[in-house]
Amino acid sequence: MSVEITSPRFKDNAKRALADGPLQAALSKVGPGFIGKRTAAADKLPEFDALRDSARDIKDHTLAHLDLYLERFEEKVKAAGGHVHFAVDAADARDIVTKICRDLGARTVTKGKSMISEEIGLNDHLSAAGIEPVETDLGEYLIQIRGEAPSHIIAPAIHLNKEQVEEDFRRVHTHLAPERNLSEPTALLAEARGELRQKFLVADVGITGANFLVAETGTSIIVTNEGNGDLTQTLPKAHIVLASLEKLVPTLEDVSQLLRVLARSATGQEMSVYTTFSTGPRRPGDPDGPGEYHVVILDNGRSGMLGGPLKEMLRCIRCGACMNHCPVYHAVGGHAYGWVYPGPMGSVLTPALIGIEKGANLPNASTFCGRCEEVCPVRIPLPKLMRHWREKEFERHLTPAPQRYGLAVWGFFARRGWLYRPATGLAMTLLSVLGRKKGRFAALPLAGGWTGHRDFPAPEGGTFQAQWRAQRAARNTRHANRDAKKDARP
Amino acid sequence: MTSSRDTVFASVRRALGVTSQEAPRRQEADGRLAGHPRGLVPARAQLPAAARLALFKDMVVAAAASIDHLPSADDVPGAVASYLRGRNLPPTILRGGDARLAALPWHREPNLDVWIGPSDGRQLAGLSHAFAGVAESGTLVMLSGPDNPSTLNLLPDHHLVVLDAADVAGDYESVWTRIRERFGPGVMPRTVNWITGPSRSADIEQTLLLGAHGPRSLHVLLVGGA
Ligand code: SF4
Repeated sequence: MSVEITSPRFKDNAKRALADGPLQAALSKVGPGFIGKRTAAADKLPEFDALRDSARDIKDHTLAHLDLYLERFEEKVKAAGGHVHFAVDAADARDIVTKICRDLGARTVTKGKSMISEEIGLNDHLSAAGIEPVETDLGEYLIQIRGEAPSHIIAPAIHLNKEQVEEDFRRVHTHLAPERNLSEPTALLAEARGELRQKFLVADVGITGANFLVAETGTSIIVTNEGNGDLTQTLPKAHIVLASLEKLVPTLEDVSQLLRVLARSATGQEMSVYTTFSTGPRRPGDPDGPGEYHVVILDNGRSGMLGGPLKEMLRCIRCGACMNHCPVYHAVGGHAYGWVYPGPMGSVLTPALIGIEKGANLPNASTFCGRCEEVCPVRIPLPKLMRHWREKEFERHLTPAPQRYGLAVWGFFARRGWLYRPATGLAMTLLSVLGRKKGRFAALPLAGGWTGHRDFPAPEGGTFQAQWRAQRAARNTRHANRDAKKDARP
Repeated sequence: MTSSRDTVFASVRRALGVTSQEAPRRQEADGRLAGHPRGLVPARAQLPAAARLALFKDMVVAAAASIDHLPSADDVPGAVASYLRGRNLPPTILRGGDARLAALPWHREPNLDVWIGPSDGRQLAGLSHAFAGVAESGTLVMLSGPDNPSTLNLLPDHHLVVLDAADVAGDYESVWTRIRERFGPGVMPRTVNWITGPSRSADIEQTLLLGAHGPRSLHVLLVGGA
């Protein structure tokens, strides 16, 4: 799996994605698949929005006391017989993991899905050290055998169709009968299950991510539907947990609040199938479980975000709802973003982790429609944070000249609301009349950088502001952050 | 040489503008850790006993698991045998050494082969005893320990779980309270597994399929309280 960063080529990536038929077919299912399920789950729980407030507050409280909760977490892991390792950056984390594996003489490592592993490029590093990493989440396994990066943070192979999977399985599982029937997803799943079962049973070390770390008890938590993470951590000699430092929460009660919004936001489930709380290694008398338990806590630039304008991004619980609801993600998919974190959360996080020079294009990969913020379970003001990067980028003159010009014109109107509203209102009416035939524009003045790669959707009448006002009036019972919304204009 | 640990802590403290020695901050964090305040518990998680049990059963089924409600623990061996028969499985089951499972009248099912121990992946059916159930999501809470191998929850194709109706809580928070009572404050068993339905994956074209890596079927044997 390559960790080559192609974010600076976002526009080319996007162009290629738009011309990729199978990818477009796969992407067309993202919205319908996820959006309805999340809405149904949210509607079934009257307290859902209040729980989102609670989740936000817990994360804010934890981040403000992060030093203290980290201390307690470390203390509790040690008390349970485990080890905590702090890693300043990706290289540091890779070295720590490799050393643990080497000390155990490990040859095979099974892996539960971990975005941190992707972030630090762990698999290539392990392979180079002569240790075979085997991804066990079905989606991760599919992309591993293709040598690809994940295209979604919870559904890493969402860009593939079953014909591609069948082709890959025939290419890789050459010891199986060539005439076997793999036309149905059930057959593909059964084959993967059989192949990976063997890997689980022989692996020396299991590496998982962590959805949460609990300071109160020194516990790491993984949430999966497949059960692969549990097999990964239960069967080998050692369990290594990879976590970034913002995964911390104070107590078991706090994590229960967060779990109530995580699965509902991600897949629309009431709860994911397996939520596993791990504390230390196998205890005396235990018939199974790992002999060693290590937690690697990665910083990699996050501590620097703590006190700054992007600190709210550290509340993210990686549910994927923002990308599931993002029209840009729906159009270009995850790989176009060029690194491990796609969609709105990636557009904010990627420049923070790899530098604005490389990530400058990403905060522009947004229509600023505000749906991401609307669904985020921890209420991260994603459009505002993307705009922060746009401003930074503008200040640094990383923006190509035509775009600077366009923004300056927009700024002129935006600062003069009385002019801006009628002017955009007029333009929108015009555009909607012009575009009605096709529903899409192939070219738009001042927006060449955008429409060069995709059609600009024709307005269905009314500006965002006008539509927003109308919607607000219809839903005046729901409290929403109107100011953040207003801010969210490009 | 500065360790990575020191570097990370220094960087966190610098960003927060703190030294970690400030008494009010410490008090606030320590207070939260010791008091572990409950947040918002949904109304559906606070139902009276009968409605709670009914909700639990509904949620178990909604999560694609199945459930038998048995009058007494003595009915468990018969229910296990009939489950296996109904699915054309061999009359063999692997269980942990849990005293509550050992005390069941297995002799009533002379044809049922009952094995004890962790799973090595070759058994078709496993039987565990749950520590608790949670009505709000139909979740089973399993604790690891000498008598409850975690592998039983994961490796057999069919996972059968005995649960006392009296152990069905409305919410997760009540289960944490019970775990603290059992193990002491701030102490956890090695593994706590929350299980909500059988294993599944939607990684191929978002088609939901059961039986990804863990059990294809999850069957709850709810005992008493009917
Ligand atoms: S930013 Fe919010 S919606 Fe997006 S992945 Fe993170 S928590 Fe989920």
